[in-house]
Amino acid sequence: MANMSPKKNPMPQQEPCVRCKNFDEVALGYTEEQAIDEAKRCLNCKTRPCVAGCPVAVQIPEFIARVAEGDFDGAYKIITETNSLPAVCGRVCPQETQCESKCVRGIKGESVGIGRLERFVADWHMKNVKTEAKKIEKNGHRVAVIGAGPSGLSCAGSLAARGYDVTIFEALHVAGGVLSYGIPEFRLPGEVVKHEIDELRALGVKIKTNMIIGKTMLIDELFEEGYEAVFIGSGAGLPKFMNIPGENLNGVYSANEFLTRINLMGAYKEDSKTPIMHAKHVCVVGGGNVAMDAARSAKRTGADVTLVYRRTANELPARKEEVEHALEEGIKFEFLTSPISINGDGAVSSITCDRMRLSDPDESGRRRPMVIENSEFDIECDCVIMSIGTSPNPLIASSTDGLDTQKWGGIVADEVGKTSRDMVWAGGDAVTGAATVILAMGAGKTAAEEIDKAIMGK
Amino acid sequence: MYKILKKEYLNPTVVRMVVSAPEVARRADAGQFIILRATEDGERMPLTVADYDREKGTVTIIFQVVGATTETLRHLEEGDYIADFAGPLGKKTETEGLSSVAVVGGGVGSAIAYPVAKKLHAQGAKVDAIVGFRTRNLVILEDEFRASSSELHIMTDDGTYGERGLVTEVLENLIKAGRKYDEVIAIGPLPMMKFVSLLTKKYDIKTVVSMNPIMIDGTGMCGCCRLTVGGETKFACVDGPEFDGHLVDFDEAIRRSRMYSDFESHSREETCNLFKKEVE
Repeated sequence: MANMSPKKNPMPQQEPCVRCKNFDEVALGYTEEQAIDEAKRCLNCKTRPCVAGCPVAVQIPEFIARVAEGDFDGAYKIITETNSLPAVCGRVCPQETQCESKCVRGIKGESVGIGRLERFVADWHMKNVKTEAKKIEKNGHRVAVIGAGPSGLSCAGSLAARGYDVTIFEALHVAGGVLSYGIPEFRLPGEVVKHEIDELRALGVKIKTNMIIGKTMLIDELFEEGYEAVFIGSGAGLPKFMNIPGENLNGVYSANEFLTRINLMGAYKEDSKTPIMHAKHVCVVGGGNVAMDAARSAKRTGADVTLVYRRTANELPARKEEVEHALEEGIKFEFLTSPISINGDGAVSSITCDRMRLSDPDESGRRRPMVIENSEFDIECDCVIMSIGTSPNPLIASSTDGLDTQKWGGIVADEVGKTSRDMVWAGGDAVTGAATVILAMGAGKTAAEEIDKAIMGK
Repeated sequence: MYKILKKEYLNPTVVRMVVSAPEVARRADAGQFIILRATEDGERMPLTVADYDREKGTVTIIFQVVGATTETLRHLEEGDYIADFAGPLGKKTETEGLSSVAVVGGGVGSAIAYPVAKKLHAQGAKVDAIVGFRTRNLVILEDEFRASSSELHIMTDDGTYGERGLVTEVLENLIKAGRKYDEVIAIGPLPMMKFVSLLTKKYDIKTVVSMNPIMIDGTGMCGCCRLTVGGETKFACVDGPEFDGHLVDFDEAIRRSRMYSDFESHSREETCNLFKKEVE
């Protein structure tokens, strides 16, 4: 009998006043009882609209049915048939606009907590099942994957499961890409990322760190070394700045730098060798998930934090849950506000902003922010974090002949990831510009299927 | 893991290490840099490639002990391993077409100026090397510079070795005496590069400087190493590390280089209380 409660089982979490002082995970995860209770809210519809909302097509009703029966290991097997990183996705996917937005239970009440269940299953597996090398029959074909972020890991996982000998080339000293350097510990613990990557290693995926393709090695050299196909998942790591006066003052960070220092280099820990500024008042510029991550990380280093965004709360690109968490933790929001200069004598002392208003909708229905004349005002702060987006890194494109790119730097690829170079595929932020973890994973998985077809069809 | 094959002190605070890193050595060139982490919990730090041997698969680094990472690094011995060693990063020095060059080095920056002098000398260019140090026992790479230059001037601030004075003084004397340079390449402390650039601007001689700002990833990802060059923001890691010295905003670069100086001196003192005395 289905559980007809109109509401999801709430996610247990740390109290805001406690968590804003630590880097431990905010959401604590369902207990077995809560998971089974939530799983019973699924109607197991024949049309399975939720599956269509998932970029990697997780067999959602099937895995939830197993959870309802208490067969958590069975649920894990179903999820990982199509998803290489379930513990990551269960935490950072915007389920509310994907699978859960299609859930029939969402029509009258709240959808089934699909993301929370996925996380529960992955966490249960991590806690209860030891990672062991999987026996997969090798097919003798070698594929190189560039970048150990979401798209690369997903592509490598799919190929390894099909018997390919896959090597990932990662520029940094650890695998994970944005999962390791960008998304903070309190949202996605490093241990979780590490464990999911270990699961991929158990499938036979090899990861070579400190390999900057385009510098240490070129794509052409990968082919010379005997790789038959290459997947580029190098992400969008280049931070954008506003090009306003004062942006190079001491105390101005890109969100990438601030988060990299804190996450990748562990600067939030007392004994870290990497320094981070302990500011009194931090101003974060931007309204996306990364801006929320930067603001909430800054808060945890002891600062008062103001987030400045040029549109209104309705247009914030960040997930609703992230915005709510930020508000609960005491982040101040200044909407309809756009910086025009950062001021200070050597180091930041304030930021000058214009007040904005939204124009009437244009042809595309979008309302553009417009400056209100003579509305300038100052916000006092000793640190500014620019979080206005990132663009793809040109190192690979500029060192690879015949690889076409868009004007803004994205690698040109068709809907299945095929680039202008023979046997080279690309996907994720390197192609689309900054987007979500799950879209990148979907692109990696699709490319893996195409690479398989191309190599097998030879 | 990257094995240290050879280690030697060039002076009491400057260490040269030959590291086994075949993948880095394969494409390394003068002017480029690497990023290393001395230990598994260490910070990422850029160091310029001081030399390389493609056949042996080695890269040489030369560093001065200034902070926690370099302090940790100098305690590693031959046979020990450096946790991470990635590169080569940045653009290589453009030496094509140069036939007469003044290579100016200051302090440990001489270690970076040396491979440039070597490369120019090897391609047949006339190289005047001018290298400056605070005092006699800090002088490094004298024999190497002598072998790679047509004329070598060693300067010390206190006159305990070579000529007494600043590198800019001897450079200006040479220019005034009629020496013609296609280019001046200056590598050393920021104030030295600033004053060399101011001097050569006066004589309208193209000048290249090698910037070594604070960096994390070294691939353009963090933006920490940004500089203002000719009014535009550039990332030293991917746009450099070499830039036109006449266009670099040195005062900003000096300010940015001190961003974490409190943290660094504090953590070095924590790592080694004896260190300060040793330097003195």
